Amino acid sequence: MIQLVFEQALNGLQFGLMLFLLAAGLTLVFGIMDCINLAHGSLYMVGAYFVAAAAQATDSFWIGLAVGVAATALVGLALELTLFRRLYRRDHLSQVLATFALVLIANEAVRVVWGAQPVLLNPPESLAGPVEFGLFGETFFYPAYRLLIIAFGLAVALGLYLLVARSRVGMWVRAGAANREITEALGVDVQALFTAVFVAGAGLCALAGGLLGPLLAVQVGMGESVLILAFVVIIIGGIGSIRGALVGSLIVGVCDTLGRALLPTLLRALVPADAASTLGPALASILIYVLMAGILFFRPQGLFPARA
Amino acid sequence: MGFYQPAPYQKAAARLLLAALVALPFALEAAGQGFYIGLVSRIMIFALAATSLNLVLGFGGLFSLGHAAFFGAGAYASAILMAAGVGEAFVAWPAVMAAAGLLALAVGAISLRTRGVYFIMITLAFAQMVYYLFVSARAWGGDDGLPLAGRASLAGLGLGGDRAFYFVVLGCLALTLFGLGRLAQARFGRVVQAIRENEARMEALGYPVFRYRLACFALGGALAGLAGALLANLTGLASPSLLQWTQSGTLLVMVIIGGVGTLYGGVVGAVVLLLLEEALAGLTLHWHIGLGGLLLVIVLFAPRGIAALFGGRRG
Amino acid sequence: MAEPLLAVTGLSRAFGGVQALAGIDFSVDAGEIHALIGPNGAGKTTFIHHVSGALRPDAGSIRFAGADVTRRSMHQRVHAGIARSYQITNVFSRLSLVDNVALAVQGRRDSGTSFRFWRPAASEAGVFAEAAGYLRQVGLADLAARPAGELAHGEQRALELAMALATRPQLLLLDEPMAGTGPEEAERMVDLIEHLARHVTILLVEHDMDAVFRLADRISVLVGGRLVFTGEPEAVRRHPEVRRAYLGDGA
Repeated sequence: MIQLVFEQALNGLQFGLMLFLLAAGLTLVFGIMDCINLAHGSLYMVGAYFVAAAAQATDSFWIGLAVGVAATALVGLALELTLFRRLYRRDHLSQVLATFALVLIANEAVRVVWGAQPVLLNPPESLAGPVEFGLFGETFFYPAYRLLIIAFGLAVALGLYLLVARSRVGMWVRAGAANREITEALGVDVQALFTAVFVAGAGLCALAGGLLGPLLAVQVGMGESVLILAFVVIIIGGIGSIRGALVGSLIVGVCDTLGRALLPTLLRALVPADAASTLGPALASILIYVLMAGILFFRPQGLFPARA
Repeated sequence: MGFYQPAPYQKAAARLLLAALVALPFALEAAGQGFYIGLVSRIMIFALAATSLNLVLGFGGLFSLGHAAFFGAGAYASAILMAAGVGEAFVAWPAVMAAAGLLALAVGAISLRTRGVYFIMITLAFAQMVYYLFVSARAWGGDDGLPLAGRASLAGLGLGGDRAFYFVVLGCLALTLFGLGRLAQARFGRVVQAIRENEARMEALGYPVFRYRLACFALGGALAGLAGALLANLTGLASPSLLQWTQSGTLLVMVIIGGVGTLYGGVVGAVVLLLLEEALAGLTLHWHIGLGGLLLVIVLFAPRGIAALFGGRRG
Repeated sequence: MAEPLLAVTGLSRAFGGVQALAGIDFSVDAGEIHALIGPNGAGKTTFIHHVSGALRPDAGSIRFAGADVTRRSMHQRVHAGIARSYQITNVFSRLSLVDNVALAVQGRRDSGTSFRFWRPAASEAGVFAEAAGYLRQVGLADLAARPAGELAHGEQRALELAMALATRPQLLLLDEPMAGTGPEEAERMVDLIEHLARHVTILLVEHDMDAVFRLADRISVLVGGRLVFTGEPEAVRRHPEVRRAYLGDGA
């Protein structure tokens, strides 16, 4: 039991960190430009495909990851220059319609290029096995690759957090998210700032897609469920807040993973077995949404609202 | 935009259209094209669903991206009732509408506390929750959906025939449009539209804005539920795909194409989009690329079209 | 002595670290025009927001017509008899003038619960006749069918007044009704307020000192979130602290 909880907690941490990579860029785009982007999940999907294709071509996961991230950042740049810069002065209806169109196009384009079947992305061979370590006097095994993702995610999250919290550019970004007009009046080129944030966000999407690729199937539509999870993260954390995105990601990642693993077992202890087997999965799958509703009820602006 | 007012020719056009739609199945059968009766029924059902979203979005000014939850919940509710032996439409469908309306009431009670981008994301998230709830429930068919043993009956008359069912759908759509036309000009409709125009001012005139928004949201949900019940009866299946967030997106596209805040916007949008789908899907498997491109062109090069229809204001 | 119509006690509100209102004791007697003046940023509009119910205080209480309304929402206070006009013109710019006022009439008649789904509102002659009456009172009867957005600025301010009147308030909160109007329009607005004051108690926030001294029965001075003085116009003119803090010594 302890082993299960420990393993699932690590899985939750790993999932939460990957969610943070997605939510960080998204929350800043929402916050700075008041622009809603449904196609963020598509960047994640396209990024995963790029990484898989590049890894296959070069026979190296790491080169594939680097190439995939760079390529997706370029796609992000192209999208920002051609489309998004026209969108963020428009109403939310136009933004939703245009980015919904992008989702349709991205899904279909991927299907045309790579086919409808999931694409395989193998983790680096050196990390294929489990790692053994002792804790509470017991021996645990945990996949080395998942540990790597956790380390990677922690490093990126820490770097991003420091960048936004400490650096000059980060200060502009935070100022832009809190109040765009005043930031512009201070002489900051918010347009360029937004382009940079958008491109970085696209790169982070590909990073998350590439890292998760070996664990989940790289397939059409993979971006959408994860997009909505990123929304839940942002709602919980508060629009435009990096700190909120980090806390929200970890809450959602851990609750979702632990809920799916443990709720059915816990329920079996409380209610008859057949009722538990019906209720368990249903409850587990909606757990984070119930959590979101609860948080919203008490804090409609999320836990860490960027705007006063 | 100001208060809804029917165009001078609208009543005559509506009567003409209704007459044509009453004659259509007989004409199709005479021409040996009875297959199309089902297609037209399907279009009318989506027209009803899009109209219900237009009530929420166009008249209420509430940008919900989770309308499919109520559409799909209606389909499931009718399938569950059918499985429980309630096949009488006069009993089952009001119950379905009440269930979908209550679901919308619950979702609205929480999400209407927020505004703008928040509201869009939260309605989307709640719709996803409803999707997972139905898909993870094995008793309701899980990923496969919940099939209906047969079609509902209306006051004891079976609706198994395509023509009979067609007329029931037509009746529901016509009644809904007539009712909405009345509602938009009645006190409630004027209040809801004025809230869309200027929320703070309405509060300062003594209107409890939240309650009106919630009522509008729940009413839209109930009507979407009816559309879902009709679709489940038409296809014989309550499918999880009706609950997917892309379904909410599709309904939204219909409303925008047809005209936000116009009585017949949902109808026009459903007809255009579903006929386009029929035509494009016949040409290529990858017709979504064409549709996406078309939507981008509309957004980028006909901005006045959309902005003007939605009033040219943000949020 | 009778209880004042509006009695504010110890009203305080801080935003972040800024004390916007600090322990305000304030009252308006039935039938008077009470003007609230003070330099920009003194907290006048914040104060109005608290009286109308748009904001909630950190501390203090608000009594209106003998009842504690501190915790009541804005729409409940409207039905209790508090109406307001806005500093920035705030009308339904895409609706006709008569529709603007009719919404206010309808809100009062239905007590805000217009859950009527069937009968066309336009067929309800009573509502529209009453609305037209208020438009006549503020001199806008000829423009009733025009969209409010097409009006001149001063006319929109008059429309605001008509809407506030249509709620049949006991207390009218006017937040800078003269703001942005030309001299002629301002003159007409002063006449209008004078006329209205025969039927309704008015709390007036205004920068135009000529108008304030012409209209007000009593004047209160707000500086930096504190009420520094309340008295008759002549006393305010003479009060040294007021001169220093607000009117400027040479005024």
